[in-house]
Amino acid sequence: MSTALCKIPMDVAPFGLSGTVYGTLLNHRTALAALEGQMTLPPYNAPPRAPVMYLKPRNTLAACGDTVEVPAAEPGTAAQLEAAACLGLVIGRTACHVSEAAALDHVAGFLIVNDVSIPHPDYYRPSVRYKARDGFCPLGPRVTARALVANPDALVIRTFVDGILVQIMSTADLIRPLARLLADVTEFMTLAPGDVLAAGAAAPAPRVRAGQTVVIEADALGRLTNRFVGAA
Amino acid sequence: MRARVAYGGALHEATPAGDAGEARLRLADGRVLAEHEVIWLPPFEVGTVIALGLNYADHAKELAFKSQEEPLVFLKGPGTLLGHRGATRRPADAAFMHYECELAVIIGRRAQRVARAHALRHVAGYCIANDYAVRDYLENWYRPNMRAKNRDGATVLGPWLVDAGDVADPANLELRTFVNGRLTQRGNTRDLIFDIPYLIEYLSSFMTLAAGDVILTGTPQGVSNVMPGDEVVCEIDGLGRLINTIAGDAVFGRRGDDKSCESNI
Repeated sequence: MSTALCKIPMDVAPFGLSGTVYGTLLNHRTALAALEGQMTLPPYNAPPRAPVMYLKPRNTLAACGDTVEVPAAEPGTAAQLEAAACLGLVIGRTACHVSEAAALDHVAGFLIVNDVSIPHPDYYRPSVRYKARDGFCPLGPRVTARALVANPDALVIRTFVDGILVQIMSTADLIRPLARLLADVTEFMTLAPGDVLAAGAAAPAPRVRAGQTVVIEADALGRLTNRFVGAA
Repeated sequence: MRARVAYGGALHEATPAGDAGEARLRLADGRVLAEHEVIWLPPFEVGTVIALGLNYADHAKELAFKSQEEPLVFLKGPGTLLGHRGATRRPADAAFMHYECELAVIIGRRAQRVARAHALRHVAGYCIANDYAVRDYLENWYRPNMRAKNRDGATVLGPWLVDAGDVADPANLELRTFVNGRLTQRGNTRDLIFDIPYLIEYLSSFMTLAAGDVILTGTPQGVSNVMPGDEVVCEIDGLGRLINTIAGDAVFGRRGDDKSCESNI
């Protein structure tokens, strides 16, 4: 598996990440508010019903301290990336069609996910290259056991760019709280031990240029630090 | 041509045995078995599953889709994988669930910014894929959304991994799907909108491909609804026949309550 995963300590079962990372879109109050008035218009036509999911493939995985490469800008755009802080749930036991009441029993612990994207205009059918570039999913710095996180549904996550606080988000503002999200996702797709489910980011996501450093921190979870660099 | 199967308490590599072709297989330890005696797994350790939407002109037309500048790529997770002769669940509340017979291209060597001319050097081999969709669940957010395309057991791979060197021309393979023995889908990889070398060049320009990653190259026209009990057989010239059976909710301990994951927001 990727060397990044080897650098993410996990001292609860299953003691390592599987390398599968799913993300959830539009699961934060601010992310929905940003689309106010657009959701019933083309091309969407209706608000989402089931959780809106995406996958960060193994080539995107990176650890605390790894650099993130900012690709050259496309014509007419600035070379900036979005760094979206998310709470990541690390699955401890196979979660298939779990009830909301039992959902969190399937979670081994938590970590921070920095879901990096090339800014893109819409959510209809975005190109996979916006989210699946090499190194676009730093996560860590470690997996913190579930028992050590008092209330994961009211966890405050802070994002700093070059030391300046640019975003404060709370999982208390998730549309689907963690247990509900797990129940709804595992209705149609099973999560395996070591899989990560990122629970959703706030909008707007902080923008980052080459040369800047992003630190995302949350109480009990630690600080995930990654420097963004220009294309080699 | 090799498969991965479970038999007698262990996993085995298997190869076709005798004149009967796929009907019998030989384990690496010499035992010869009938096809139905073993549990078939996807024929390689699967990494990232990369799938193409609307990559045949006729299928794109079937779905009233306009031509595109960039391949429509989506990613699938490992929970969707299933081997030959497995069962895929059809939720009771779905009106339209369909198969998609596709040529699967298996990466054998790391590919980073690979030019089209060298792309095929990174291919280990090929297999058949049957990539199911439940169209009722299609929503206009991150299409094709995971509830429609990333369902458990909805990506069937196999039965064999056929080495690249044994496939004379991957750009001229006929694909056929039979539902309960009736031919319902037919196409040829020569009609791919984005061909295999282009897809490897395109993907490797932003994501490094690793051995075991697999590209499902899209499906031609002829998708149709399938119901519990249906036998779906996907064939590709030289790659064999991939069998799957559709099963209802009860087999999986479900009560047909799939709408429970929906909410109005």
